[in-house]
Amino acid sequence: MFFDQQKSVMAFLQHFALLLALIIVFSTSCKAVTLEVGSVEVGYNDSSKSSATEDTSTSINGSTDGHAPSVISTLPIVTWKWHHIETPYLVALWILTCWLCKLVCELNHNVTSVIPESGLLIILGFILGGIIWGADKAQTFKLIPTNFFYYLLPQIILDASYCMPNKLFFSNLGAILIHAIIGTCWNAATVGTALWACYEGGAMGTLNIGPLQFLLFGALISAVDPVAVIAVFEEVHVNEVLYILVFGESLLNDGVTVVLYNVFDAFVSLGGLKINAAEIVKGIVSFFVVAFGGSFLGVVFAILISMLTRVTKNVQVIEAGFIVVLGYLSYLTAEMLSLSAILSITFCGVCCQKYINANMDEKSVTTLRYTLKVMANGSETMIFVFLGVSAIDKNIWVWNTGFILLTIFFVVVFRFIGVFFLNWVLNQSRLIPIDITDQFVMAYGGLRGAVAYGLAALLDEKKIPEKNLMLGTTLIVVYFTVILQGITMKPLVQWLKVKKATHSDLTLNGKMNNRAFEHILTAMEDICGRMGDNWWTRHWSYFEDKYVCRLLMKSDARKHKDPIFGAFHKLNLEDATKYVIEGERKGSLAFIRNYDSASVDFKKKLALEYADFITADVSEYDFGIDNVPVTSVMKNPIPSVSLDIHEQDRKSMPDDLSAHHLLDQHLYKSRRNNCPTYSRSHYNTSENPDEMQEIFQRTMRSRLESFKSAKMGVNPAKKLSKYPKKDSAHKPNGKPADPHRTHPYGDEDFGFSADSASSSEIADHFHGRSTNTPGAGVDNPAFIPEMDISPPMRNPPWQTETGNKTAVAPSQRAQGRLPWMPTNLRHLAPLRMSTHSTDAFVMADASLDEEAPEKKPGTHHTRL
Amino acid sequence: MGSTNSTLLKIPNVEVLMQETGFSPAHIIRLHDRFKALDKEGRGHLCPHDFGAIKELAMNPIGDRIIGAFFSPGKETVDFHTFVKILAHFRPVDKDRPKEPNSPEPINSRSNKLKFAFQLYDQDKDGKISRDELLQVLRAMLGMQVTDEQLESIADRTIQEADLDRDDTISFEEFRKSLEKINIDHKMSIRFLR
Repeated sequence: MFFDQQKSVMAFLQHFALLLALIIVFSTSCKAVTLEVGSVEVGYNDSSKSSATEDTSTSINGSTDGHAPSVISTLPIVTWKWHHIETPYLVALWILTCWLCKLVCELNHNVTSVIPESGLLIILGFILGGIIWGADKAQTFKLIPTNFFYYLLPQIILDASYCMPNKLFFSNLGAILIHAIIGTCWNAATVGTALWACYEGGAMGTLNIGPLQFLLFGALISAVDPVAVIAVFEEVHVNEVLYILVFGESLLNDGVTVVLYNVFDAFVSLGGLKINAAEIVKGIVSFFVVAFGGSFLGVVFAILISMLTRVTKNVQVIEAGFIVVLGYLSYLTAEMLSLSAILSITFCGVCCQKYINANMDEKSVTTLRYTLKVMANGSETMIFVFLGVSAIDKNIWVWNTGFILLTIFFVVVFRFIGVFFLNWVLNQSRLIPIDITDQFVMAYGGLRGAVAYGLAALLDEKKIPEKNLMLGTTLIVVYFTVILQGITMKPLVQWLKVKKATHSDLTLNGKMNNRAFEHILTAMEDICGRMGDNWWTRHWSYFEDKYVCRLLMKSDARKHKDPIFGAFHKLNLEDATKYVIEGERKGSLAFIRNYDSASVDFKKKLALEYADFITADVSEYDFGIDNVPVTSVMKNPIPSVSLDIHEQDRKSMPDDLSAHHLLDQHLYKSRRNNCPTYSRSHYNTSENPDEMQEIFQRTMRSRLESFKSAKMGVNPAKKLSKYPKKDSAHKPNGKPADPHRTHPYGDEDFGFSADSASSSEIADHFHGRSTNTPGAGVDNPAFIPEMDISPPMRNPPWQTETGNKTAVAPSQRAQGRLPWMPTNLRHLAPLRMSTHSTDAFVMADASLDEEAPEKKPGTHHTRL
Repeated sequence: MGSTNSTLLKIPNVEVLMQETGFSPAHIIRLHDRFKALDKEGRGHLCPHDFGAIKELAMNPIGDRIIGAFFSPGKETVDFHTFVKILAHFRPVDKDRPKEPNSPEPINSRSNKLKFAFQLYDQDKDGKISRDELLQVLRAMLGMQVTDEQLESIADRTIQEADLDRDDTISFEEFRKSLEKINIDHKMSIRFLR
């Protein structure tokens, strides 16, 4: 088994490699393809054809306008327009390629459990880069900083910040900020100076790098990359405080790094001589303005988004899109104002999540979450692959062993020193001190990634002559941290016995007591007369309740934001899901498909009656045919759509499905299937009540007629003695069934079968029913429909459980009955006892000429 | 340091108190100052209305119960020792302090913290949280937006969750079990009491 799997995986890999090669060859050298497909170019004259191919071969980047044949002699039917679509086509192809790479990585979990996915992607990137190199003999594709910063990074940051555990983030914000700001500055300064000192000491030979350039390099190399960190730490599952510290730090630290980078870049442009105290002060001021301005802008956008989602109820379909677009705009706006774009989008996501989740429809929230996840994961994959692809480039590799090794050394060492020192300071005042092992993992988790690479690629070669050395070194540092540290992270975490994340179930007790604890703590702080952490939390939540929520939240959303109530709601939802799954396992598909019990009853009922009709139809009219096909038809459809519990238990799903299929061929088509309206935001299964009414009445009438005819002994059915086999199949206890059935043949109406042998037996049945029904009618209010279409039809299913109704005549089987009701799910509160259970036959008899039976008082079920 | 010692000396049995609660002299002094500030009339003990004078406490939905926790049944006053002992519940657990095997369980142990929370629910002191007691607390904490029926079903469900012996009440053992996964040491500790 295992080898089979391996074999198939290997085969897939081979195919995939071929496919990849094909894609690369196709996208890089379109010349060959053009020639190959050239025969398609019907109607092109020779000159235009050759010019088109020439264009392709000369410029890959396609500056031609695509209207190559300016003079045509005849109308072209199909033309080859590569240049029209070249760029988007290549982009799409590359996205596809990168995602396929991810697919390959995930194929074998034995590998991903050792090497983190990010590392694998980089390695696959090497291979792809190699293929390109082989095809093009040049580096045609690489990660361009503009693309990275404007198209790949924003969604990753937005996703990360939107999914950030808010409370955890803000309660650790102090530590995160200290690590992000002071830690980054420390790293940048020390790595820069140490490298410069080593250079002065002669460790690197002669390089054209000044001290400022070294500092600039130190700044860009100190960016702990959130993408890499998320990718590695998500697989490790460390405890949540450690996770939020590492993750939050890496997120904010990016912003800080970019700011630092810009400041140092400006210094480098100014030149060492012009820098005086004033410029340095300006640099520091600009650092804070850029960082906090960006954060502030993000908060402003968060407020905008939250307010917008208050009013987007009518455009629910694109609701989720607003958040993506506005988040992106917050990024671009910050960039435009030369504020920190990363910090802006981070704070935008973190601040708005609570309000938009409350304001938007649940579906929109899910949509947004998945959209962001798709985009973020997609870009993440692309970034890693391209980090690998970019490596295969002769130009960037300027090797300087001293520089490279020293960089790696300093990056790691100063990261450790910085983290340990800052944590020591923080631990002086922390309630829960950060463990030494946690500190170690934090320091070790300082993975460098695409941000550093992007910044390095942004360097201006005129100002920094050794740009390529820096770029190459950055790449090596990235590979070193992502691949080596990534691989060793998991064993290290296990070896150090770092506290793992404890998965705690959602419980009302937990929620409630957490709340109680908060109240207790604030009260104690008040009694002690000190302003503690809880003081801030409490006052913020008070302020939020009073002003912020009023501004940013819909009024009805405000009501439901209470966490205890939210937990209650969520738990109930979970139970409902379980209930449905359980029901499905037991085989009652139609019950699942229909949301309300009335339509369940109806659908089931109709199906049954049709089934009766069909089989009876066959048996009645195909006298010449022997019994085998008839029984085979009967055997399947009837029991499988039967609502009887015991039969359902014996039925397997495929049978059920095929039965449904068969029935669908014969059933009233109009009700559900021809529903012409398609709404994207609503999924409504309720059928037209008038139609239901009509069907109901027709059914009842025909039943009553045949019932009466049976009573009077004018029942014409004679051929039904072939049914016992089927009937006994219905009955678990093998009790002999009523052998005679009838149906009003010749009528296009629904079939009906009643006991023709003795009317007293029917009466017995009825008696049995009526004694069973009252009090047994436990009805689940969750499934009470909006329209109480036909209470008479809704006989609760669990009467059958009483056991004395095992000799179910087909006619009574036709009574609508829910196939299975969970009696063991005691969580699904509140179950209600209904005394209003009615017998369809009795009802129909009584209300033969009455318009609507459900108008009878007392048959109404109170709705929730 | 002279003032420190003189304040400490004013408190009777301060050594015993420090032993029992694990508070440092600095904490004791700070709490003593606070105690005196609360005790406006200088009687040496606090009455419920002294606590009621704390403005923020009046805003606390379960503030009454918390105040009630300071007063042992039948007593109308709380002296400094009891005051400090109650607050000692919220001292963070210190790992460094060596554990003496035969010393009594410290006040800030997990189960003592839980007991403190438990007695806030259990107003009639029968060792069980009944449905009514739970409802009262829930009503206080949930606010007006939740309807009575919702509140009741939440209470039912909460009891159902914790209730292991199906007696429709939550005993302390069940209470402790239901909060097994919650880090009480973190949630029931105040930083400045460390």
